Amino acid sequence: MKIFFSELYFELKKNRGAMIGVVVIIISVFIALFAPLIAPHNPTEIFADALRLPPVFVQGGRAGYFFGTDDIGRDLLSRLIYGSRISLAVGFSVVIIALISGTFLGVIAGFYGGFTDRIIMRLTDLIMSLPSILFAIVIVAVLGPGITNAIIAVSVVAVPNFIRIIRAQVMVEKNRQYVFAAKLFGASSFRIMFIEILPNCMAPLIVQASLGFSDGILNVAALGFLGLGAQAPMSEWGTMLSDARSFIESSPWMVTLPGICILVTVLSFNLLGDGLRDALDPRLKKQN
Amino acid sequence: MLSIHVSKSRTKMNDTLLNVENLNIFFKSDKNPEPIHAVRDLSFSLKQGEMLGVVGESGSGKSITNLALMGILGDSAIIKAQECTFNNKNLLNLSEKEWQKVRGGEISMIFQDPMTALNPFLTVEFQLVETILAHIDCSKKEARERAIDLLSQVGITSPADRLKAYPFELSGGMAQRVMIAMAISTSPKLLIADEPTTALDVTIQKQILMLIKSLQIKNNMSVILVTHDLGVVSEFSERVQVMYAGEIVETAETKKLITYPHHPYTYGLLSSRPGAIETKPKSELPSIPGIVPAFHHRPAGCQFNPRCTNAQNDCLNQTIIIENGLRCLHPMAEK
Repeated sequence: MKIFFSELYFELKKNRGAMIGVVVIIISVFIALFAPLIAPHNPTEIFADALRLPPVFVQGGRAGYFFGTDDIGRDLLSRLIYGSRISLAVGFSVVIIALISGTFLGVIAGFYGGFTDRIIMRLTDLIMSLPSILFAIVIVAVLGPGITNAIIAVSVVAVPNFIRIIRAQVMVEKNRQYVFAAKLFGASSFRIMFIEILPNCMAPLIVQASLGFSDGILNVAALGFLGLGAQAPMSEWGTMLSDARSFIESSPWMVTLPGICILVTVLSFNLLGDGLRDALDPRLKKQN
Repeated sequence: MLSIHVSKSRTKMNDTLLNVENLNIFFKSDKNPEPIHAVRDLSFSLKQGEMLGVVGESGSGKSITNLALMGILGDSAIIKAQECTFNNKNLLNLSEKEWQKVRGGEISMIFQDPMTALNPFLTVEFQLVETILAHIDCSKKEARERAIDLLSQVGITSPADRLKAYPFELSGGMAQRVMIAMAISTSPKLLIADEPTTALDVTIQKQILMLIKSLQIKNNMSVILVTHDLGVVSEFSERVQVMYAGEIVETAETKKLITYPHHPYTYGLLSSRPGAIETKPKSELPSIPGIVPAFHHRPAGCQFNPRCTNAQNDCLNQTIIIENGLRCLHPMAEK
């Protein structure tokens, strides 16, 4: 296990894009963790004298409001900083929920095959046949809008990817001799599935987790944009985007900045995911 | 003192550990409506502390028999037997839970390729301790001590360091030693060694076989040694059974069988070894013509008749039964 990670780091270091991704992720995690210390203002505090101020570096900006303010006079920088907390937390919880349930179902489907496999796979087919954001909207519409329900909806949408990947891997691994040997030494099915086979399926799982992170952030932002995710006055990037869209011509920074935040975060997770895939998949490694 | 010890082990030697009567294994197949008859009327018994060598070409049913004894042949196999008792336990109607106790606990197995039989992701310690904990009621610390003790028993130097190693850090011989340590960790009554040295070079092969032999004597453990190599069998096992096309064709004490092979197949196998019989210099080595018939192309009568040098008309149509450990109508003449 230790060797696995040190080798992973070694491979990853060679990939510049992935390293940029890692750095950006570390910075955003830092910002999210220390948001109350970094943010100049309370994200929900309204400054009645400073409505729709442009950023400092643009003409008309005012010192103290670095990225300007929104339509009801809240400091944009503080809202973006607090927004990173929500986005990262959302991405993290989506990945954790989807990872655990997807892995469990995928391992069972791949290991037992037959009827169990058919039931689980038809369910995933069902979920995958619908456009993911549409399906998430349906779930949120049923459960009611809110950040928790948005996380649940996005997790449900993300589970099939995990199931498929882990199932394919388990189907390969279960025929290996060490599995056979474990069986001959009296290991139970549960032990074989989760102690013998699962660690050997880590590589694609790690890649999918990092890509799932960005999907989760993106989907929850989309739900927020549609008014189904985080509710005001919570400062979530998708919600901020949607609140600001009527001011897109008069105050473009209000739309642009949360958009850039989403872009940068999602991009850095995708870069990391691609880098991990290159590092972990021997078929993609350069032949030298 | 010594004589007492010997007599003690003698009495134990006489206890039958494993008794198999008329074992038949069939496989269901999608192509054939009739199930394929892979192993026919296999009968043998094994005494406590005895080593039985099983020899035969690929496809002669050696491995299938072993897997049947471990109860992991899968759903497509149909196993029928008059009797199959191990340590006074009927193996034919064990539940999966009971099997898990038997596997690894009372019957252990080691494999052809030790490198693939160890989980590449887990340390030796984890795999060894886990096996011990699954079968023996003890604390983790005791299991670890036992693991170290076992590794030194199988001749691994600095066992405490090796515990932390991953399988890829071990050489083939060392990995096989670890496998053996795992197999004997629960003091099984029977060890099945399925071609344990095929993937290893000759010097390591000898060491590993010596190790198995010494453990057999020390623990009074029975061993089934499956191999292609008659040389290995002749040196280590007390008794040999030769298998061909899912049947036992000849079984006898090792010395007797090696010196006076009666079945033409056994004779052919023995004379195929370089230098076994005198040939002219630079002439071709003797070999048995043909190959083992596939499961669905089994000949009528004696299974060996298409390749046999002694075959006569009566070999072609009647089923030949095994008598005095020999399944042949026209055995080789005793020299």
